[in-house]
Amino acid sequence: MSNKTRTIKVDYLARVEGEGALFVKLKADRVIDVKLKIFEPPRFFEALLRGRHYSEAPDITARICGICPIAYQMSAVHAIERAFGVSVDGPLRALRRLVYCGEWIESHMLHVYMLHAPDFLGYPDAIQLAREHREIVQRGLQLKKTGNEIVAQLGGREIHPINIKVGGFYKVPARRELQPLAEKLKWAREAALETVRWTASLPFPEFAGDYQFVALRHPDEYPFNEGRLVSNKGLDIAVDQYDQFFIEEQVPYSNALHSMLADGSAYLVGPLARYNLNFDRLSPLVQEVAREVELEPPCRNPFQSIVVRSLETLYACDEALRLIETYEPPEAPAIDIEPRAATGCACTEAPRGILYHRYRLDERGIIRDAKIVPPTAQNQKTIEEDLRRFIPHRLNRSPEDLTWQCEQAIRNYDPCISCATHFLKLNIERE
Amino acid sequence: MPRSRKPKLAVWKFASCDGCQLSLLDCEDELLAVAGEVDIAYFLEASRAVVKGPYDLSLVEGSITTPRDAERIHKIRRASKYLVTIGACATAGGIQALRNFKDVNEFLSIVYATPAYIETLKTSTPIADHVTVDFELRGCPINKRQLLEVLSAFLHGRRPNTPPHSVCIECKRRGTVCVMVARGTPCLGPVTHAGCEALCPSYHRGCYGCFGPMETPNTASLSAWWQRLGASEEDVVRAFRGFNAYADAFRKESERHEQ
Repeated sequence: MSNKTRTIKVDYLARVEGEGALFVKLKADRVIDVKLKIFEPPRFFEALLRGRHYSEAPDITARICGICPIAYQMSAVHAIERAFGVSVDGPLRALRRLVYCGEWIESHMLHVYMLHAPDFLGYPDAIQLAREHREIVQRGLQLKKTGNEIVAQLGGREIHPINIKVGGFYKVPARRELQPLAEKLKWAREAALETVRWTASLPFPEFAGDYQFVALRHPDEYPFNEGRLVSNKGLDIAVDQYDQFFIEEQVPYSNALHSMLADGSAYLVGPLARYNLNFDRLSPLVQEVAREVELEPPCRNPFQSIVVRSLETLYACDEALRLIETYEPPEAPAIDIEPRAATGCACTEAPRGILYHRYRLDERGIIRDAKIVPPTAQNQKTIEEDLRRFIPHRLNRSPEDLTWQCEQAIRNYDPCISCATHFLKLNIERE
Repeated sequence: MPRSRKPKLAVWKFASCDGCQLSLLDCEDELLAVAGEVDIAYFLEASRAVVKGPYDLSLVEGSITTPRDAERIHKIRRASKYLVTIGACATAGGIQALRNFKDVNEFLSIVYATPAYIETLKTSTPIADHVTVDFELRGCPINKRQLLEVLSAFLHGRRPNTPPHSVCIECKRRGTVCVMVARGTPCLGPVTHAGCEALCPSYHRGCYGCFGPMETPNTASLSAWWQRLGASEEDVVRAFRGFNAYADAFRKESERHEQ
């Protein structure tokens, strides 16, 4: 290898949500710079929320992301309910968990089958994959559809659901309305099981990291909407303390703010973090299947996140079935809300990891200040650090192959760039 | 007539949430059939394979908010036989067009510590403000059945059938009791373009205008009705200043109540 500087450039990253680029600079065999450039145009949600009524927050913040609108709606309603000093429990709480199960299934299956799996098998996309493995892609599409049907049943539609409000829902389903979902979920649970076995058989690059995993942890459930923020390195805080422990920094080359721990270190959120920190909260079926495919925690290889997403999908099917079987309609579709001047925050587990919202409201319920930290912003620094370690061992590969592998290493995080600016072009520069 | 080659489809993204292009991937039962009829030549959300233009049909999602994007849309227009915009961002500027009513520098400084690093225009504008658009599909998000209708229409050289009447007609067709009359719930249905199949009223809430203004909407009359139901001037401004805030009829109505 010569002593020249080389660059690897991916001008538009594909199979990610939103627009980004990757720029890598190499000198001899050393990586001297890695920049994950997010040029997704900023849309200024935190600014445009000022002056809006609290009841509009779930509808407006949903528009940050078409792939995980439920996550935005859930973080928004929980943060505002905390500000107003109320909490939603019983059947309304169960329905919120159920709709989140639907979003996890839909989002995870989109990523596993349409965005991530083609990399492992050497196809540019799922359409090409379907030419030779039609049954596999069909299974993924039908699983994704099952998740979407849960969201559409409870939310009104798959993208930007209209039925989520502060205090609960506009309308809640009768027991019999959920029964058709239960039938589909029984099929989906089997299909998710096949998905775990299939993804576990994919070839994984040798790669692992000593990550700081951060996720919610609930006393007895796998986390969706509640819990403390914990890590494998000793963090254990209430969500209210988020701003003291995590900071955001603007970097000149990206429209997305970078999140880090207060000491400047990177951390990892999403399926790997949840799984490693909450394995004991998964249903017995999921734990058994995880042992069968030999993926017990800790899992430190981000390429294996595709298996973890499949395991979480299996869990979401299992949990959704349990929630439907035990569902009794609530007396009212929502609890009463009395605005007051206060600040409230919440973290929920979006498919890609923790999503933090904080609102300051006045006595009429008007939003005076908002802060939103999406999962992809929190993973940016970890993605860059992964690439710094990943590339040096692969410099003998052809530029095309290396570029594709870098893209794949980024797709491990299922980055949602639309959220993060609220992603990717690859540039590898060799000196 | 036998086709010598499959038409080339491209999907482009500007400032948006990705939801409208996701609608195509959400056609789980039809996606592989669609992929059999067209050559998906450029669709980055789905594929890393890129086929060069020209394209027979370009679907454009998102609004124009940066100097770079204002140039990029012209290149896409030149490379496209037909250009169809999908969703409220592309047809009306989207929720991010709320900046058009404020000072964008104030918005920048609220979100970013160093606003100078960010390149943005003062406004968020629809695609039709920049280039000729062959058809506009409304919605925040679009209705995926309407998207399939648009694809099918353009593949067969006909005009898409997407009725321009109000959400009210859709409520009547599905037999939903009027939420405004029966419950006194303020609703934008009378002035809002059809396409969602009157979703919100069927969930006991008022329409909030995802599909933008219908043909010749009587917004002034509706505002008066809202105020009779107890809505304040502020409430009316906020209602018209949603996901289609910069669409002409909604913009004028919100400005009328701001004075």
